[in-house]
Amino acid sequence: MSDATHGTGGLKFDASKRSWPNEINIFFALILIIIIFEILGQALPYMNGQSFLFDTRDRFDSIFNEARLRIIILQVSIIGIIALGVTQVIISGGIDLSSGPLVGATAMIVMSFAQTELVNGNANPKAVFGPWAFDLPVIAPVIVGLMFGAFIGAINGALIAYTRIPPFIATLGMFLICRGIAQAWTRGKPVSFPTESYAALGKGMMPVFWFIGLAFVFHVVLKYTLYGKHTYAIGSNEDAARMSGINVQRHKVRVYMVASMLAAFAAIILSSKNLTAQSGMGIFYELYAIAMAVIGGVSLTGGRGSIIGTVLGAMVFGVIQSGFTYIKLDAFFQLMAMGAIIISAVVLDKMRQERAASRS
Amino acid sequence: MSDVILETRGLTKHYGGVHALNDANFVLHKGEHVAIMGDNGAGKSTFVRQITGVEQRTSGDIMFDGAPVQFDGPLDARRAGIETVFQTLALADDLDVPDNLFLGREITKFDWLGPFRFLDYKAMRQATIDGLEKTAVKIPNIRNTIQNMSGGQRQCVAIARTATFHSKLTIMDEPTAALGVQETAQVENIIRTLKEAGEPLILVSHNMRQVFDLVDRIVVFRRGRICANLRKEDTDGQDVVAYITGAKTQEGYEDAA
Repeated sequence: MSDATHGTGGLKFDASKRSWPNEINIFFALILIIIIFEILGQALPYMNGQSFLFDTRDRFDSIFNEARLRIIILQVSIIGIIALGVTQVIISGGIDLSSGPLVGATAMIVMSFAQTELVNGNANPKAVFGPWAFDLPVIAPVIVGLMFGAFIGAINGALIAYTRIPPFIATLGMFLICRGIAQAWTRGKPVSFPTESYAALGKGMMPVFWFIGLAFVFHVVLKYTLYGKHTYAIGSNEDAARMSGINVQRHKVRVYMVASMLAAFAAIILSSKNLTAQSGMGIFYELYAIAMAVIGGVSLTGGRGSIIGTVLGAMVFGVIQSGFTYIKLDAFFQLMAMGAIIISAVVLDKMRQERAASRS
Repeated sequence: MSDVILETRGLTKHYGGVHALNDANFVLHKGEHVAIMGDNGAGKSTFVRQITGVEQRTSGDIMFDGAPVQFDGPLDARRAGIETVFQTLALADDLDVPDNLFLGREITKFDWLGPFRFLDYKAMRQATIDGLEKTAVKIPNIRNTIQNMSGGQRQCVAIARTATFHSKLTIMDEPTAALGVQETAQVENIIRTLKEAGEPLILVSHNMRQVFDLVDRIVVFRRGRICANLRKEDTDGQDVVAYITGAKTQEGYEDAA
């Protein structure tokens, strides 16, 4: 008790009471997983001593196996952009299941505004609209996409904030609606042949740059702005937030709008990268995005988590996926192993929280 | 007249057929600390809820700081300068002390950014330390989140919130009901500091020793009515108990019998 009361007005800083940032645990977990795959690579007889992430060949003077690193980060960056938004929704105490189908619907709609008129001198065989929609400047499809995302997010948020139905139900309904929109848009036909400037948005390593850039922006937004503080406050104690004068309903609408706009942006990058849009795009993306956030230490009960955690969670996700392929684990078993890993991440996090609670 | 901070005239609240509060006439002067006592269901909390706008009164008038007021909710009351420390603490567990003190009224910069404007952490931290010093609240580390704090520390944070913002009136509804001995002493110290600073306070409490230690005047509620208004010097514990249980009724409050 004497420790608890000395110091004037909280001027004393008790280093032993400082909580160990969760992000460091996730970083260690990431290192540990890489080491496990390295050991498996050396130990498994059929691997011929290949390294997982390091370059062991003499021909190149690089340390890492850059091709594999590139693939790892490239394959998580588009879902990672969705996870940035899902992180905010979960911190505010909600959940967003509609992001995957929203990717499909947005990709279909956006691609329709990004088509070229002529493909190899012939008329575009996949044209959705008339001549007016051909060869629009790249900003047009991007704005259409973001507006569609904002619209869907506003409906999600308004349903959750004003009718007080559970976020799970509201976004589950939106899940089906969005998949329906994706299929109805062209009656299931793919939309292809975008303009060159549109294709440049997701070319090569562009998705990675978008992911890192947006992660930085939203790290700052969540940590240093009013929007971020209120998001944490609402997820932590909604009644306290309301009593303190925060407009909880309006803020929830904002959070879901931001999340859906990020999912819509991911759809733009994905369709640009693939040069086509199909109604089946984004299957399982909402679950993978939630998994990245959860592996990254975002608490499903709200109030806890960070963008850095989610980025690390995305890296863990990518490394595991790539590692399974590297040790030649059958694709049929990969999903099962992934599920087991997500469950253990949450169990570990819960145990850690309970230990922290009993210590104080 | 001008030294009256809060006055209620004929304040009445009915829940359907239940007359929870009847014709309460109450005056609080500037710098005065008043305790509200009474048995369970005597109308203490109902009285507080009418003043803080948590509920809407059936009839009667509330005068605050010289003007009649009509609060639509607790937020209105807070804006007018009435800070309430509730029995259930309204704190966000995952945030630290400055975040909680400034919740809903953050100091910001770059305000042109609208909802994405930046928080001025430095100013809020400094104001928090100043506020804690003013109330003599001792918290080892203000950067700690609320979930890592003891019940007493949480209560202190909740009370410090009222002190940091120069409220015109502080209301505490059983602030020490769930606390240990040492934590209670800490909260009582804060209340003394408020007294020295001349900030008026309404304290709802069951703790007779605490009440006699801390306040100038005791108002006793019984079955929804005020049945006694006692200066501390003119009374003692037995006397107050007699009023609470109904063995005695003060002159002028006979209709409460």
